Amino acid sequence: MRTLLELENVSKRFPVGRRDWLRGTPPSFVHAVDAVNFTVGEGETVGLVGESGCGKSTLVRLITRLLDVTDGTVWFNRRALSEVPARIFARDDDRAHIQMVFQDAGESINPRFTAADAIADPLRRLLGLRGAELQARVVEAATQCGLPVELLGRFPHQLSGGQRARVGIARAIGTRPRLLVLDEPTAALDVSVQVTVLKLLSQLKAELGLSYIFVSHDLNVVRLLCDRVVVMYLGRIVESGPAQAVFDAPLHPYTKSLIAAVPRLDGKRDGARLSGEPRSPVDPDPNACRFHGRCPVGVSRCGVEMPALSEFDAARRVACHLAEAV
Amino acid sequence: MREKVLRVEDLSVAFHTRDGVVRALDRVEFSVAPGETMALVGESGSGKSVTAYAIMGLLEAAGKVTGGRAFLRETDLIAAPARAMAEIRGARISMIFQNPRAALNPIRPVGKQIADVLLRHGGATRGDAQDRAIEALRAVGIPDPARRAKAYPFELSGGMCQRVMIAIAVAARPELLIADEPTTGLDVTTQAVVMDLIGAMAAETGMATILITHDLALAAERAGRIAVMHAGHVVETAPTATLISRPMHPYSARLLAATPTAAGDLEDLQSVPGGLPDLRAAEIPPCRYAARCERRAEICARPLEMRELANGHAVACWQPLAVAA
Repeated sequence: MRTLLELENVSKRFPVGRRDWLRGTPPSFVHAVDAVNFTVGEGETVGLVGESGCGKSTLVRLITRLLDVTDGTVWFNRRALSEVPARIFARDDDRAHIQMVFQDAGESINPRFTAADAIADPLRRLLGLRGAELQARVVEAATQCGLPVELLGRFPHQLSGGQRARVGIARAIGTRPRLLVLDEPTAALDVSVQVTVLKLLSQLKAELGLSYIFVSHDLNVVRLLCDRVVVMYLGRIVESGPAQAVFDAPLHPYTKSLIAAVPRLDGKRDGARLSGEPRSPVDPDPNACRFHGRCPVGVSRCGVEMPALSEFDAARRVACHLAEAV
Repeated sequence: MREKVLRVEDLSVAFHTRDGVVRALDRVEFSVAPGETMALVGESGSGKSVTAYAIMGLLEAAGKVTGGRAFLRETDLIAAPARAMAEIRGARISMIFQNPRAALNPIRPVGKQIADVLLRHGGATRGDAQDRAIEALRAVGIPDPARRAKAYPFELSGGMCQRVMIAIAVAARPELLIADEPTTGLDVTTQAVVMDLIGAMAAETGMATILITHDLALAAERAGRIAVMHAGHVVETAPTATLISRPMHPYSARLLAATPTAAGDLEDLQSVPGGLPDLRAAEIPPCRYAARCERRAEICARPLEMRELANGHAVACWQPLAVAA
């Protein structure tokens, strides 16, 4: 599989507090994303999971080039995308190749745009399409997403949740992107509608050969759609590997507690509970595992030595000193 | 049979809107026993929250109870005057909401908000209210409660805010707790902890819980009994294990088939066909699911009642699936 996207040691730090202008001491930093490495192959779906505040959204904004990296490189199709400043990237040719589907289509579509306007907007701006050509592409994208042409004149509030989700997807695939970043695309939908949207996404991927980055906190949904999964905790990747393998036999204690917390229809409850809250992302101790203190199996070594993300077997990586022992 | 904490009988609610009368609830019927957790499950628009608001006497002005009653032990909640309901809410029935940060007062420290409830309903005095509030924060597992009592909601995480909401809700030891999507928007790990906490509080105080959720798996894990709602009807009630393994109403079965689980492929999942019927229509069919139902037949046009077909397993369907032998 050809690599489409590669993140190489990508970090993003946000300054907090005011710089002391007299002494010039740097302010503190929120380490939102810390030395993250991963790749997305062509036609691959990678799931990104973790608690709120783990840096998923920041990472997504770095990939979609809405934010500039502090360190590291974002490679897209062998091009160092992170060298293009975010403020110019809006006019970059690759803008059309990386598109995003947002969580709640009802809130991410301009309420004064009809469905057709919403789908046409990126085609006008990024590809400069006009007239009949534009019209044809809008209809094509809508049809691919199972959106009847009759609905294209409607405003978001006149559409159902499922239809709005389809508009959000049609808008993203209109420019024929190669990478689609999906940020909790079904979180606002009922289960019955969620099924149809997930099936649509799976079908589009097969038809158009798209790569997906699928951000979600619903692990059951991630498992259904993703080839590989990347688990983040406080800005760092703690585990990655084939989705089924990770869910069947998680290696990192954090992944274990995440999976144990998912409610099950058979009502069997796993007793393992993750207590407490993540520690502060402001200037974290660079020599301690981020999960240390909350980890049910942590040892003293975890407090003085940051575990590296190391290969466990061919496809799986885990950042834990105790990974072999478990 | 034990005395029920809550009995809802033939509760109907209508909303008067510019576009007509929406018959949001139609003869809803269920009951909750002391210490029991019952889940109300259904898609958005099925009437789960309206049921809760009607019981609490908190329907917005456009909403009117058009029939039926709801008894909290001997008290008729529907007939009770507003003044009496104000005494009951917070003391005998409490509610926790989705998005706790929005439900808390943003400009009042959380400790004071708990103290308010203790002063109003919990028999606290001005002297000990603050101490008891700190105690309540400790009881819901908030570390360093004395310091957190001074915090404003924006300074706390979503999970912490929901713990504060729970502390407020159980402050006066209510007989019934209504939890309306209490963990929507929280992480799974936090969800598990919050649900554990609600369970522990219920076990400790013996209160009954109504868990309103769209997540069948969460209901399966936490509730002893499940009532499935569709378009303002309760279509099926059964003990949890029975409902999950042998649903009788076609809608319950469809909902189960649409729920992603820890096993199975995307191909195995089936969506529920069609959408909710228009509840403004003058003629709503007796079975509001009939238009979406693959088992629809002539008999479905006949007036429909809940029928108990097995022990504790009632269904509103003329042609239920897998009738127990």
